[in-house]
Amino acid sequence: MSSKNRHQRDIDDTVRIDMLRTMLRIREFETEMRHKFADGEVPGFLHLYIGQEAVATGVCQALDEDDYLTSTHRGHGHCVARGLDTKKMAAELYGRETGYCNGKGGSMHIADVTAGMLGANGIVAGGIPIATGAALSAKMRGTDQVAVPFFGDGAPSQGAFHESFNFAGTRELPLVGIIENNQYGEMSGIEEQHPEATLDDMTLYGEPYEADRYQVDGMDVEAVYAAAAEAIENARGGGGPALIECLTYRFVGHHEGDSKFYRSDEEEAEWEARDPIDRYPEQLMDEGVLTEDEFAEIQADIEQEIEDAVEFARESPFPDPSAAYEGLYSNQSEQA
Amino acid sequence: MSQTTTDTEEMTVRETINQTLAEEMERDERVYIQGIDVAGRGGTSSVLKGLDDEFGTDRVLNTPISEVAMVGSGLGASATGMRPIVEVMYAGFLGVAGDQLLNQVSKMRYMFGGKLELPLTIRTKNHMGAQAAAQHSQALHHWLAGIPGLKVVCISTPEDAKGLMKAAVRSDDPVIVFEHGNNYTRSGEVPTEEYIFDIGEAAVERGGSDVTVVATQVQLWNALEAAEQLSEEGISVEVVNPRTISPLDTETIVESARKTGRCVVVDETPLSYGTQSHIAMEISQEAFFSLDFPVQRLGVDDVPIPFSPPLEEEVVPDTNDIVESVLSLT
Repeated sequence: MSSKNRHQRDIDDTVRIDMLRTMLRIREFETEMRHKFADGEVPGFLHLYIGQEAVATGVCQALDEDDYLTSTHRGHGHCVARGLDTKKMAAELYGRETGYCNGKGGSMHIADVTAGMLGANGIVAGGIPIATGAALSAKMRGTDQVAVPFFGDGAPSQGAFHESFNFAGTRELPLVGIIENNQYGEMSGIEEQHPEATLDDMTLYGEPYEADRYQVDGMDVEAVYAAAAEAIENARGGGGPALIECLTYRFVGHHEGDSKFYRSDEEEAEWEARDPIDRYPEQLMDEGVLTEDEFAEIQADIEQEIEDAVEFARESPFPDPSAAYEGLYSNQSEQA
Repeated sequence: MSQTTTDTEEMTVRETINQTLAEEMERDERVYIQGIDVAGRGGTSSVLKGLDDEFGTDRVLNTPISEVAMVGSGLGASATGMRPIVEVMYAGFLGVAGDQLLNQVSKMRYMFGGKLELPLTIRTKNHMGAQAAAQHSQALHHWLAGIPGLKVVCISTPEDAKGLMKAAVRSDDPVIVFEHGNNYTRSGEVPTEEYIFDIGEAAVERGGSDVTVVATQVQLWNALEAAEQLSEEGISVEVVNPRTISPLDTETIVESARKTGRCVVVDETPLSYGTQSHIAMEISQEAFFSLDFPVQRLGVDDVPIPFSPPLEEEVVPDTNDIVESVLSLT
């Protein structure tokens, strides 16, 4: 695992400010949605990404515009980091016709194929084969596009993970998998779900498939970005698949309403002390990249953006019930 | 037959599928094939024999033995500019790719607001009557037809093989094509000119006035044989080939039922919850006042297919079963 923990820290200041902005936007979006869910405005399930923002942000910063990604049930962060419009995201969570999926997907299934975002997915590891197909397609079409499936620490327990990486390794496909190891698969710790040898290094799951392997601090957006940039460029150049494990933590429950009975206050406090939303602006100010005024301005902009997104969602109409019969097939006349 | 052209060639189902796929790959470079041993062996029934020589092993692409990755990557490739044809060796192996079919392929377009095209063809084969035992002897088109978002067709004749396969490959939606392992050597006249069947359109394969038999795949051939036998006894049987299972062409089937007033539906899915039961219900509901008798259903008895020949013969319908069922209505 030669490239483990190899960080290139010569990152442009504009990129660093962009990444700060993205992380703040994810946190603000989700914090607002959390409140609106509690108020009963947002129906359904809500799986929040709070605490893991550095992962989506660092990875998506390293993607080109025409690259592909797939996401998970905990997908808001990937969508925001990919540059999706928070208005249309909020509207989707509210079940409105102006949402990304016209209200047919909700929180767990936001997609924007025009942005290469091939969908958030409610099935653990369900998006990995789809991303593998996007990587295969890119290779067959002779492009240098890369496909990046995001998934949690639960995914290597699924056959879909292994089948996909086996295929990608066999065919040297440009597939860069991101394991977001947030220490828990639903409400059980990783130690209950994986053999001991993998607990300190889940990239071992990529070893037999000849994936380039990286393990990074997933609370450090620059470390994530550096690893992702290297893995993605290597895959783009024909180097085959890679697997990046990002060590991270969700500060909230598996879904809203989860009491988090399975973990201690001490453990939560330890991770919260590493919150990138607190640490990164401090770091950038210490390094003279950001002033307090600029930071306040960014925060105010994002608060306004998310407030506008909520208003947009609230004011948008629900879909007409007849829309339930639309969109199943490309040719409506072929429907029975 | 619904084709009016006179220029035809006698071909087997196997030859027709092979030629049709070659034509489609020639026509559109986005079309490619992937699956287990599709190159070399030519797929599990050698249907694809020679296509690797013609198009190369990048377009006739061998995958690992990984149904999830085969189907899922086919889906991902279809969402990103390719038109994949995935071969799943036997219908029973669709179960291995279960999540991708049930939760991904069928739901991706609708769940994401109808905003993407998924030109994915999944070829597989029903199989029965070959002493292949339970896992390799199943007809499962009813299973996938029960999942909204999948179009499901059954190839019964060489003519179907061309018209339905072209329709599947050119569809911008996922289509599951069920071939039949015991039908590949059946031969028939295939129009040499290009034609594409509409997905969702049934065909009257033999006109008749006394009894309607709706039948799929091997049972369609059995039904045609039964109709011939019965004609010698003065009974005129109309034979309808649904071609598409989902969406079903209820209109053509019901029209025939209204005309004859007597129907037998025969198919190799299990009798309980099988395709024949759904079709029988449609006929009963839509043609109730034209029916002289309750609609009769023939299917596989509700057990896994046993290996030993006399056991398998016991549970799978044959021509005699169809003859007897028709006679029971006359």
